[in-house]
Amino acid sequence: MGHANTLVGKAAVMEGLPDHPAVTAILAWSPEALTDAKFDRDELTLTIAPEEIRAAAAAVQAAGYNFFEDMTAVDWFPSSPRFQLSYHILSHAYKERIRLRVLVEETAPSVASITPVWPAANYYEREVFDLFGIRFEEHPNLRRILMPDDWQGHPLRKDYPVEGYR
Amino acid sequence: MTDVSGTPILEAPLAEGATDQHMVLNMGPQHPSTHGVLRLVLEIDGEIVVRLYPEIGYLHTGIEKTCEAKFYQQVVPLTDRVDYLGPMANNLCYCLAVEKLLDLEIPQKAQWMRVLLAELTRLNSHLIWLGTHAMDIGALTVFLYTFREREDILRLFEAISGQRMMTSYIRIGGLAMEPPLDFLDRVQRFIRTFPEKIDEYSNLLTGNPIFRNRLMGVGHLSSADAVALGVTGPVMRASGIDFDLRRDMPYSSYEKFQFRVPISTDGDVWARYLLRLDEMRESVKIIQQALDGMPEGAIKADAPKIVLPDREKMKTQMEALIHHFKIVTEGFAVPAGEVYQGIESGHGQMGYYVVSDGTAKPYRVHMRYPSFATLQALETMCRGRMLADVVAVVGSIDIVLGEIDR
Repeated sequence: MGHANTLVGKAAVMEGLPDHPAVTAILAWSPEALTDAKFDRDELTLTIAPEEIRAAAAAVQAAGYNFFEDMTAVDWFPSSPRFQLSYHILSHAYKERIRLRVLVEETAPSVASITPVWPAANYYEREVFDLFGIRFEEHPNLRRILMPDDWQGHPLRKDYPVEGYR
Repeated sequence: MTDVSGTPILEAPLAEGATDQHMVLNMGPQHPSTHGVLRLVLEIDGEIVVRLYPEIGYLHTGIEKTCEAKFYQQVVPLTDRVDYLGPMANNLCYCLAVEKLLDLEIPQKAQWMRVLLAELTRLNSHLIWLGTHAMDIGALTVFLYTFREREDILRLFEAISGQRMMTSYIRIGGLAMEPPLDFLDRVQRFIRTFPEKIDEYSNLLTGNPIFRNRLMGVGHLSSADAVALGVTGPVMRASGIDFDLRRDMPYSSYEKFQFRVPISTDGDVWARYLLRLDEMRESVKIIQQALDGMPEGAIKADAPKIVLPDREKMKTQMEALIHHFKIVTEGFAVPAGEVYQGIESGHGQMGYYVVSDGTAKPYRVHMRYPSFATLQALETMCRGRMLADVVAVVGSIDIVLGEIDR
């Protein structure tokens, strides 16, 4: 254990991990789309501009990060931007995982769906839509998945009480 | 913003080119072969499946929301209830994630015990899969045999944790308590006879012509589809993807164990059946190595402000009593950050994503469970096949609705 090297910020990660396949792939594709980066506890987090997430997913997929493992959201209420989306992408070849992070504004939260890149994201995006109320553009079937269809509100938001509305 | 796009499936138009023969059939959520409360809406042409739509959420309890209101150590019992057939795997994955946030060093003995228990859990999970899968196909006898051995495993769990199913034995920083004195001997006795039992199941099923005909060539999933749809675990490996987190991204000292990862390229229900039998044999080998090489030493990390003290110390030492009181009433603060920890559970890749804001309660706990993603591949496996094959395919992907709905 022991996390000797923690790299905070885009410049530090570019300097500390110059040969990392995901970092080089993102930089070769579009350096401006990478807004922030962090290497902490042996996990690499790349923050992507919200409008670029689908293209970024395609770029890391082409770089060998072939497996979509997980996707979810975090509600940073009352901070702004309010929502964070975390995509966990695994590489079978490098035996390594990266996290793509997208920050989404509170009003009419919406990002492009990555289902054209990984169909596996289908249920995960539906789950985030259901529980956080973030929309995914061009999703093939954006409906509630866990809560009933006629449910009001999005339970995993921080301003939604744990006991629900009585 | 709260409006829902898309159409409820029962009101959706039939598939393109549908004729009068197409009908929509509802299966579940109380159908015995759906292993819980899975509801499948099928569009069928005669007996051929044209479309299949899984409807889930009947078991949704909002565990992730509940976690945010609990102290870190109070989340452990909640994790038991997610995949209720693999409690120790849930505990392990969550604890590893929090330990990563805390940067805790776990003693060797605790790590090896965790491996041993994780493999017993895998056997437990696979035994239930085998019994119920065979029962779905109509081979009722096997269920009685696999549940006989499962009962032995549950007795072991009861001996070590006091609970048969909701064990909560793996805790943040190590294990809940020392295992009973004869525990390792009891595991050894179980392991000594278990390979014969696997042969016994195999004798009942592998040569059975009805079982073979129901399984062979059914529910095919290509390796490209397996990756695209997020399928993991035995189903992915039966489709030819050679990846196992225990071997490729080891955790909890798995790198010190020698075992083979079974692979098949056939990608059908039959391949998944043979592969899981093989996995059980490999698990037995891992448990044997854990028993043979079990290190001596502590079972809890040396972190008095995080790990509860022994009862004896608590009753005799003031410091221990204070720490106990503080942990129980106030919890312990975890440094801010986010981690994702994946492990290989009986069903595939399980993952816990834990976000901390520096307080004693997790800011966000997200659980990635393998069955949730595997369910997406169900339509691909069933489309164009007979309706009766759906039962065989659902059995072969080994889903647990508790982990899908959370």
